[in-house]
Order: sequence, then C-alpha cells, then structure tokens
Amino acid sequence: MILSRKFVSDYIDLSDNLSIKQIAEDMTSVGNEYDSACKLIDCTNLTIGEVIKCENHPDSDHLHVCKVDIKTEVLDIVCGASNVRKGLKVIVAKVGAKLQGGDIKASVIRGQKSNGMLCSMEELGLDSKFLKEEDKNGICELPSEAPIGEDPIKYLNLDDEVIDFELTANRGDLLSVLGLSYELGAIYDKKVKDIDLSYKTIDESILDQFSVDVETDKCKLFLAKKVKNLKIEESPDFIKNRLIACGIRPINNVVDISNYVMLETGQPLHFYDADRLGNKLIVRMANDNEVLTTLDNVERTLDSSDIVIATPNASVGLAGVMGGLTTEVENDTKNIIIESAIFDSVSVRKTSKKILRSEASNRFEKGLDPNRTYMAIERCCNLLSKYANGSVLSDTVVYDKTVAKDKVINITEKNINDVLGTSISIEEIVKVFDKLGFSTTKSKDKITVTVPTRRLDINIKEDLIEEVGRIYGINNIKGKLPKLNIKCGTYDKTTRELRNKLVDLGLNEVLTQIFINDKEAHLYTNDSFETVKLLDPLSIEKNALRYTLIPSLMKVYNYNKVHNIKDISIFELAKGFYLKDNKYGEDYKLCSLMTGQYFMNVGSNLKIDFYVVKGIVEELLDYLGYKTRYSFVVDNIPKEFHPGMSASIVLQGKEIGIIGRLHPSISKEDVFVFEINLDKLLLNKVSTLKYKEIPKYLGMEKDVAFIVDKNITNKNIVDVIKKAGGRLLTNIEVFDIYEGDKIDASKKSIAYNLKFEDPTKTLTDEEVMNVFNKIINEVESKLNAKVRNGE
Amino acid sequence: MEENIEIIVKEIEGKINNIDNLKDLNDLKLEYMGKSGIITKMQSGIKDASNKKEYGMKVNTVRNTFNDLYNGKLNELNEIEINKKLESERIDVTMPSKKVKKGTKHPINLTIEKIEDLFVSMGYDVVSGPELETDEYCFERLNLPKGHPARDMQDSFYITENELLRTQTSSVQARYMMAQEEKKPIRIIVPGKTYRREDDATHAPQFGQIEGLVIDKKENNVSLADLKGTLEVFAHTMLGSDLDLRFRPSYFPFTEPSYEVDVTCFKCKGKGCNLCKQTGWIEVFAAGIVHPNVLRMNGYDPDIWGGFAFGPGWDRICMFRYGIPDIRLMYQNDIRFLKEFDRRDQ
Repeated sequence: MILSRKFVSDYIDLSDNLSIKQIAEDMTSVGNEYDSACKLIDCTNLTIGEVIKCENHPDSDHLHVCKVDIKTEVLDIVCGASNVRKGLKVIVAKVGAKLQGGDIKASVIRGQKSNGMLCSMEELGLDSKFLKEEDKNGICELPSEAPIGEDPIKYLNLDDEVIDFELTANRGDLLSVLGLSYELGAIYDKKVKDIDLSYKTIDESILDQFSVDVETDKCKLFLAKKVKNLKIEESPDFIKNRLIACGIRPINNVVDISNYVMLETGQPLHFYDADRLGNKLIVRMANDNEVLTTLDNVERTLDSSDIVIATPNASVGLAGVMGGLTTEVENDTKNIIIESAIFDSVSVRKTSKKILRSEASNRFEKGLDPNRTYMAIERCCNLLSKYANGSVLSDTVVYDKTVAKDKVINITEKNINDVLGTSISIEEIVKVFDKLGFSTTKSKDKITVTVPTRRLDINIKEDLIEEVGRIYGINNIKGKLPKLNIKCGTYDKTTRELRNKLVDLGLNEVLTQIFINDKEAHLYTNDSFETVKLLDPLSIEKNALRYTLIPSLMKVYNYNKVHNIKDISIFELAKGFYLKDNKYGEDYKLCSLMTGQYFMNVGSNLKIDFYVVKGIVEELLDYLGYKTRYSFVVDNIPKEFHPGMSASIVLQGKEIGIIGRLHPSISKEDVFVFEINLDKLLLNKVSTLKYKEIPKYLGMEKDVAFIVDKNITNKNIVDVIKKAGGRLLTNIEVFDIYEGDKIDASKKSIAYNLKFEDPTKTLTDEEVMNVFNKIINEVESKLNAKVRNGE
Repeated sequence: MEENIEIIVKEIEGKINNIDNLKDLNDLKLEYMGKSGIITKMQSGIKDASNKKEYGMKVNTVRNTFNDLYNGKLNELNEIEINKKLESERIDVTMPSKKVKKGTKHPINLTIEKIEDLFVSMGYDVVSGPELETDEYCFERLNLPKGHPARDMQDSFYITENELLRTQTSSVQARYMMAQEEKKPIRIIVPGKTYRREDDATHAPQFGQIEGLVIDKKENNVSLADLKGTLEVFAHTMLGSDLDLRFRPSYFPFTEPSYEVDVTCFKCKGKGCNLCKQTGWIEVFAAGIVHPNVLRMNGYDPDIWGGFAFGPGWDRICMFRYGIPDIRLMYQNDIRFLKEFDRRDQ
C-alpha cells in the first residue's frame, strides 16, 4: 500500500514540519514497515517557461533551437521533441537540475548553445504507464495559462510525497487512506476527519428495476446502487494524481472513481454497464468448466470453488478478482450498477492465486469491514454525482448476512503490565486507546474497551495488549532477564562430539542442501525405499529429497575440482529421507568424502586410499566406544562402488554403513566415501568410560611372517592367530606386506608383530615360545601357510 | 737443575700453545706424563736428589704447570670441536614445519554451537524435531489454519497434501508442548533446518532457524521485557556488545504481541548502506508473546501458563558474525572458504 501525503491530508492534519521520512519511521516503530519514502517527482531546479522562438537546427533534421522565457531570463535551449513550437508553455530543467536520468549541464549541441532542457513527464520520473498517449511522445505541454517562472510540479499538483509500505497480513484495514489516517492519528494524537458521503438522489428507485440473488454462503454482504446519465471524461487532476501516486493508472472519471474509493475506504468496488447487464444479478459458485472472458480479454475456465457474479444467462465477473469483458464500463457507457460486497476471503484467495492477484483480491483476502462496504458505495455516489454528472437512483439493493458490531473487550492494568513487563498507569493506557479511536469505560481497575469494526485484527485481550505496546512504544520498555528457577540446561552432545572428532582427524565440515533430482536418490545404495518427492519443486534438478548424502558431497567435490582443488577431506552430519511402508521417515547420517592427499601424516603427505578412510571410520567407532564390535564385510556393495575396494560396515551383525572407493564409471579419480546411519549406530549402547589396569609385568614381542595364497585375508589369519594365542596374546599388528619376485606369484607374505603379556607375572621364554609355536602351527595347517624365513 | 726446570716449563708452554688438535695434545701428554714421560722421570728422580724437598717442590710446580696448561688447552680444543659439530648441524628454521593439521567446522555450526552454549548456560534445553513435518504441527497447532493469509509468508514444499518440509522450527514448539504429559515449565531452544519455496537474491530454499521458547506459570510473569532482555543478551553475545536493538511491532499468528527485531547494521554501523537498504538496521529476530490459542491448542491452559518465543535465522547471524557477504558462499563449500575457520573464535 502506498501512502500519498496529499491523499491522507484530506483526513488528517499532518504538521508541515514532519518530513516524509520521519512519518515513515514513526509508522515503522508502530509496526508498519516501509520500502521507500520519497517525493513523487524527485527533481530539482524546474520552472515553467514559454517557448518564444523556435527554429530548426541548421545541422540537424530533428533538433530545434529555441529561446525560452523563464521570467528571470531567456534561455537558449536545443530541443529534439517533435511537439516543441513557439508559444508552448513547457517544463524547463535549468542548468544544475537533477533529473531521474542525470544532471543538466550547459552544453553545445552541434554548434548551438543549450542552457537547459525541455522535459517530458517520463524524464521527471513518472512511469510511462501513467501517461496519456499524447504525452508519451514528446515534451509535456502545459496549459496556456500556466504561470511562467513558477514551479511546474506544484502547478500540476504533483508535489506529493509517497511512502511504499509493506504491511503485515493482519492489517487489512491499512489498505485504505482512512485506515492509514487512523494509524497516523494514533501516532500523532490527531482526530480523523469525516468522509463526505452526501449526494442527491433522483425520484426513481433501483428497487423497482434491479434485483440481486445470492445463492452461496461465500458472499455475506452484497450492495448495489444505480447511477444514470454519466458523462465519461478525463478525471480531475486531484483524482488522477492521487491514483498515480498510489500506482494506479488513470483511465476515465468513472473507472477512476471506483479505484479512488477503493483506495480511500479499502473496499473494492465493481461498476457494471447497466444497459449491458440487464436487471438481475446472481451471486453463485461457478460450475465446473464454466467459461468466462475477463476484462483483460482472457478466457478463463472456472470450477466450483470460484465465486462468480452472473446474470440469469451467463457469468459476468469473477467475484473479488476481476470483472467480465461483456459488462465493462466503456467510453459510451451512460448508466452503471455499483457493486460493493464482501466475498469469502479464503475463496477469493484460492481463485486469485489461480488467476490473478489484484488490488481488489488482496483486500478481500485480508478481510473487510461491513461498515466500509456501506460507506464505499455512498462515497461512489458522492463522487460520481460531483465529478461525472451522475444521477443517483434512490434506495440500495441490500443483501446482508453480516453482524457488524463493535467488539467489547475487558482488560485490566495488570493484564497489560504483566505481559509487557511494564508499569504503565491506567491513565496512560486509556490515553492509548483514545488515540486509537477506541472508546473506553473504567470501573476500578477494569477497562472496558469498545473496538470499532474497522479493526478486524483485534479480537482478544492480547490484541489490545499489543496495541498498548505499539502506541506506548516498545522501545520505551526496558529489557531484563526472566526470573526463573535455576536449572541445568541439557542437550545431546553426540553431534558435537562426532564433529569434534572428525575435525581432529583433519576433515572439513560442509553443509549442503537436501534437494536432489529424483534420479539420484537411489544411487550409492542398495537399500529398499521410495524416494521422497516434492509436489511443487522449484526445479527438476531439485524435485526430491536425498536418501544418502553422497550425491550432495559429490556436488561439493565437483565444485572444488572445477576450482582446481584436488585434496578434499570433507564430512557432513545431516538427515536422509525416505518413504517406507507408506510412512515418511528421516535418518540422521554421517557422510564423508576423501580424495587426494591426507594431511594428518606428520612430515609427509599421504595419498588417500581405502585404508586411510578405514582408519578414520575405526577411530570414530572406537572413540564412540564400539571397539572390537564392528567389522568390514565385502557384501551387498552398490554398483556405484568399486567392487574390490569397498565394504559394508557391520556392527554386531547389522549393517550400519558403507565404505569404499567410488566406481571408476562414477569418478575417474580415486574418490573414497563412507556413510554411517547414526540412528542405527547409536541404538547400540556402550559402557561408560572406566579405568582399566595397565600391565604390571613386562611382556614379550615376537615377529613372524606368513606366506599364504593371495585370496587369504588378513582377517582369516588374525582369527586363527587370536584363537591359538589365547589370553596371553594381547596385541597383533601387521608391519609388512610383500608380494613380488622373492616369493611365488600366487602368494603374498604378511608379517605380524605379536605381543604376549600376563597380568600376574613376567613371562618366561619357554612360556612364550609354547604359545608362539602353537600359533605358527595352527596358521600353517589351517591356512596352508608357510613361515617366511629370512632370505 | 734449577735452570733445567725453568727451561722445561718454557718448553711446555711453547709446545702446548702450538697445538691445534686433540691428538697432538694427547701425544704431548704421553711425552711428559706417560710412563716414561719427562715429568714422570723427574718425579722418580726426587728420591735421588740432594735437596729432596726443594727439588720435589720444583717438580711439583712443573707438573702443576703442565696440568693447568693441558686442561686449558683441552677445554679450548673441545669447545672448538663442539662448535664445529654444531655448525655442521645448522638447519634452515624457515623451512616448512611438520604438523598434524586439524580440519574445520562449518561456520554455521560454529555459530550454532556458540548459541547452544549461551542458552544452556541460562538453563535452556536444546531439543530437535523432524524436518518432514505435518501441516498440523507446522501450521494448524500454531494458530495458522488452512486458508490463513499469513500462510503466504511461508510458501511451502509439500510432499503430500498434509506433509511438508517444515517452514519454521516453531513446529517443535507444538511438538514439545504436546509431548509433556504432565505440563511443566519449558525453556528450550531448537536449532534446525527449515525450508521455504523461494529462491532469489536474499532467500534460499533451505535455511536454518533457532527457535526459542519459554513457558512458565503466569505468576512468574515471563513478559515482553524478559523477551527483550533475552534477545539483548543473544545479540550482544553473538553479534557484538556495542550494537543496538530495535523492536518493531509485527504480526505472526503464533504470537501476540509480535515483533520483528533489528540490530545495528554491521557493515555501516547504522549510517545506512546498500546492505541495510539505507535504514541502518538489519532484521535478525522474529519474536513475541506466545498466543493463547497456541498454548490452548497444545495443552497448556493460557489462564495458568504464559511465555515468549523467538526465532532468529542462523544464516544471517553467521554472516554477521564472520562478515560473510553472500549467503551462497556458505552453501558452496569451497574448501578454501571452509579452511578459513580453523582458529579460535572468541
């Protein structure tokens, strides 16, 4: 909603000392934010001049060399407009003038001096949509009586100032000049003046010739009046200028009055050409597939959720949204039916969302005051008889199922001060209500407030408390911390601990969007689920929600790769979404992607391979307390993974995640990822951290290397060693792996360092050798292995 | 004999002075002090001397002189030797170090952790809720029935007619209140991701909020002044102790009264710039006193209970805090950007 200073000044006296910026700021402080506050025409150094001489430029086929009298002097000005001529009164921008397009400087145009510019309205910053056809081409032609040397903007009554407000959804009442006036009245403690609703009627009643049937409960109030013998012409300047200031294009006096009254009262109106309409209107729901051609000459197909205005033959308008083409007011229109009505806000909202958001639909959606519906139709008659020569028929066709009564709310000083945390006196409170135009009666500490119908947003005590806070000034309330019982704040630290651990391990955390293309949802996983799809996505690329986080991390990888960053170790903690058994669900996941060099290796960088990533997973799981409870199993590897370099992460028999290198068909580089379903993982309880006795006695270490077939895994060997080693074997470590010339091509050698300890005594050589030999025997016999002796 | 001794002392002095390495010094020691060394012989000659006492003293002088000179030289040579070794071991201290390099947290999570710590210190619990939410919890239980014009402010991503990606963390208000079997005071914050169907220069379809909710018995008077004080602490801790807050009355269906809260623009310090659209203020919080309908709909009797709620967006706080000029930088995840957040953040 745009506030025009001249327009509101009809209803409230604003001090000239108040700048438009100050008004905007004051409105903001009571909750009405603004986008801009400025002059309607923001130009300087303009004056009215008369072209006293106009000759063709000797070196140009379209320029004119003019002498322009501006009272104080005669200026030489070169002008390119085709309509410039001797005797024309014009708007002159003098040297130094600031226009929308830039500053005016003294210049020489093809050899001719030019000390100023003759202006068109567009050059002064008025949007061309507001201009008459003849004003669009060429400079502005002022009337011959325009006074030379005076300010043209003032002369044209365009010396207005405007504020463009962004209003909240509950303040439909502020979508009117009257509403804005009441609000300003509350701020500046001024009374709002009465609106002129007077007019004469002719001795002919509308009730004898016109009727309305309302067949739907989506219309609670419908008023109609008839005005005859209209003379359609251009609107007077004040109407045109105010419409322009409020962003509405002037058309003719009749159409302009319907818009003018809507701006004034907030009540949208519709004028029908009475002769084309017939003598009956019906308000009903549209039939499915009913067709209506609207004002903009577009054929609309309707359905039973749209409210239409119709004659017995056909629909003639989409209620609250747009009129129909057939009954539009045209230049030859003589007689009109005025409609002032209230349609169901939810229905209008639905229809307008589908068809068109307009000034009218916006107001219906926010809700209307029935008293204004009556006021608006009277105001139309007042203006039509004044400015369009209209003769108003007596009586009004009324269909009214509303109960428009002022609301009465009881409140106490304590109610207000408890919520605001203030100690505002009862007198001050009453004063606030008075400023707002709400009447009050006091009995002891109780205040009974009567809220006028225009304030649809005020229904309960809390709404009144807000009003007091607003007008008293929230910034006058001093902040303090609540006085509440002391208690421990709690939170689940798991996420933060995981994040800390991964950061300690050298990974960078990322934060990505959950949106993906639905084709990506089933990549990198063999899990069975249905993809979660958006009904109304912003784009095809983002029409679904991810299940694994891997596609998101791949996007981060690709972004960085393009920027020539090749060493990437990243992770994210976020949700993955799915539909399973007709239920939507979301799991908390940890995903990591690693490629290039790993920087944790002190002294020299380490190329990331499967084992580096596995090390990260182990560190993490061990840290969480799952040491020895998990394993890496080559099973159920999704096809997007390298089949020989990937594994499921299994914790106590249940798969909780995946680790591996991406398949070369996905990425040519060595890209490794792991993902763990944290919701699944964290279901497994762990014991609390407790001290375990450190060994008192020295242990003994033994090294042994086994030559085995290549298909024997480390785990195969370790399992046998563990079993044979028994309780004295406390640690097994691989320290060398060999494949090559020195052994058979089908074999490999793995060297182990074994540690033997006894918590109760120092072990003897003999005791250790017994176990050690047993281990060797077992491995050799069970795995067809041979101990590898020194070359 | 006397003359002889003086000559020997002179000779020793001369020889030791000329020595420049440990081997020669060792040889000299053998020559004088070895089994058949000069001084050793002299010593064994004492017993045959005519004036034993006098001669003995003189031999002693020679031996002491030798030892003193020898030790002096030895120290001198050792020092030279050590210095030579040290010099040979000299390194270039400006060469690169060897280190364990930690990773980094995403700046948004750095921000959230700070906020969590602040509120936990004031007795708030940190709770969470689902991102896929029902219309009921996201809107209806928050006093936003279907068809309400305020729903326009939150264009949503629906996945079914009744399920959507939550548009606000306020959904957890309703969930948390409903989850209290025995109604008790509530003091929570809810950091979480939120989604709206918009994508332009200032709005991303995915963003984040940190909902705050305090509900207590009416007699404890959790008021607007308390909300103001709480948000002042929040803003001063997270965004700078020198900035001002401005409360603007506004409208949200779930609070009454409702406010939007601005803080001094961090870029221009309130003078007005293109970031704050010349106003000098930047909006950070939406807040208000919990609407009695919201309390009632979620099982809290508004005659007994009351409180406040607030919900800043985390993206803007993060951008403020670290001076990040564009929201897109935070979701691009450029490794160079991420690695900037590798130091202590006071």
